[in-house]
Amino acid sequence: MSSCSSIPKEGPESWKPGGDGRRTHPLLPAACWMACFSPPEQKLVDEEKKAMAKPSKTKRSGSTFNFASYHTIDEIYDWMDTLVADHPDLVSKLQIGQSYENRSLYVLKFSTGGSNRSAIWLDTGIHSREWITQATGAWTANKIAEEYGQDPSVTAVLDSMDIFLEIIANPDGFAYTHSSNRMWRKTRSINAGSHCIGVDPNRNWDAGFGGSGSSSNPCSETYRGPYAHSEREVKAIADFILGHGNVKLVISIHSYSQMLLYPYGYKTAPAPDHQELNEVAKKAVSDLAAVYGTKYTYGSIVNSIYLAAGTTIDWTYDHGVKYSFTLELRDTGYYGFLLPSTQIIPTATETWAALLDIMVHVLEHPY
Amino acid sequence: MELPPSHHSATRAAALAACYVSYRRGSPGRGLALRTVRSGRRQDIDGVGRKYCLELVLEDVLDKDSPVNCTAEVLHHLGNKNIAPDVQFTIEGELKNTDEADNIFYNRIKSLEKELVAENIPDNHGNTSPEMEPIRLLAWVASGYVIWQNSTENTKFQLAQIKHVKQVKRSDEYLEFDYMILLHEMVSQEIIPWQMTVLWHPQHGVQVTQESRQPKHASE
Repeated sequence: MSSCSSIPKEGPESWKPGGDGRRTHPLLPAACWMACFSPPEQKLVDEEKKAMAKPSKTKRSGSTFNFASYHTIDEIYDWMDTLVADHPDLVSKLQIGQSYENRSLYVLKFSTGGSNRSAIWLDTGIHSREWITQATGAWTANKIAEEYGQDPSVTAVLDSMDIFLEIIANPDGFAYTHSSNRMWRKTRSINAGSHCIGVDPNRNWDAGFGGSGSSSNPCSETYRGPYAHSEREVKAIADFILGHGNVKLVISIHSYSQMLLYPYGYKTAPAPDHQELNEVAKKAVSDLAAVYGTKYTYGSIVNSIYLAAGTTIDWTYDHGVKYSFTLELRDTGYYGFLLPSTQIIPTATETWAALLDIMVHVLEHPY
Repeated sequence: MELPPSHHSATRAAALAACYVSYRRGSPGRGLALRTVRSGRRQDIDGVGRKYCLELVLEDVLDKDSPVNCTAEVLHHLGNKNIAPDVQFTIEGELKNTDEADNIFYNRIKSLEKELVAENIPDNHGNTSPEMEPIRLLAWVASGYVIWQNSTENTKFQLAQIKHVKQVKRSDEYLEFDYMILLHEMVSQEIIPWQMTVLWHPQHGVQVTQESRQPKHASE
């Protein structure tokens, strides 16, 4: 039986009353549901109560959050609540699990309704030192919320599809980059029999797991972990995507290198859809460059960077998500992980052009 | 054989070549970085090694509007991996003159009462103070040498951060700095501390007199 804590708390529409009036979940045995957590509606009701308790005269806005600077985990988590409060009809916050050190794994859901609509999954910050990605994630979340009803493409996407955005996919690592080591990449899980900590969350997926391009040494930055999905941070996403069952696009956002990549990383054989993915990437990169002239390259992971086993998008692709991409944001090495905060908004703005491009393509090519 | 410019064997060779060019042509007033790879060819030479012929576009990190075209050849020697690859290059056109900026920096450091000491450049948020910018560029240029000397076909190094820099007093006209830097090796994703001793004079260019890889900090 899968762990209860990894079952996603989806909206009320996924819960159906059983014959005796008790609610059941399609994937969850009743005993587990009863033992594990309260109905998800309760969490949404609590959030609504909080929002309503705020003075109705003052418009509480997220405008005190400075998107042009780097923030701590607490600042980002606090701001996420204000985003939900500011856009209660569009945005909600889900918890998909907990990190190794028991931090909440939060996902923002952007939805205009429907029932288990086709979905887009975006994640940032899975490698904690890639600070431009969490910052871009926050800006992008705000952008999506602002543009629904304003921008025709965003509106078209959200009228048919849901967007899920996990801004801090590796909160333990992120906290560690603030407190101790700015260059920390991995999770912070303890490795049995080793003084070295952490697993590379982008080598821990069950796609070519254990192959070349991942390390068996716990002290390595590309340590794959003791087994696939050993990391709670990885398992939470995998279980969410599997449980959702209708995810059509995954974009996992990293830095740096200025690349748009598609599967595979774990083998040199081209992905069956490589021609279409290549065309999508080519257009997205061109539209990104049109914003400020920033040049990205594109291709498969294995050709562009290296053989890498156990990556996120190889797993999502092999589990039915045809449109699986990894973005490597600015820059190409002069600042690397230490991208100045003055580049946050330009980076997020140009990346948005690529994201929107890809989302529209997926909307127009249902499968 | 022709290489797609975005293929990693082309981009790794290009990064290496750019580091070498940066080292040979850089100063505290000029940092050169790789912008794009226009084309790449790879050739195996029996008994010698593997040669990459590259057309690159470089840019001055202080003046991104003036890209520089460059052709380069990188030869990785067969067998002994302790020999640095051979690099040759030609730059199209003239690079911007940096004499004024170099002399200002030189005189500023020469007139310091106490030897310069600094840490974490850029800081964790990517910021570098204007006074430290030439110190940063000097490290960028010198790290080009270190990277060139320590690269193989299976590595791609970048300067990640200066952890510590200390000026060393000298009785002659040279400036000397002892740097502890972090190099990011992109294939293994490791962050590697590296020590380098750097000499510089406006007329004599940048020299790295000592460089050595350091052990990773036990607490990290």
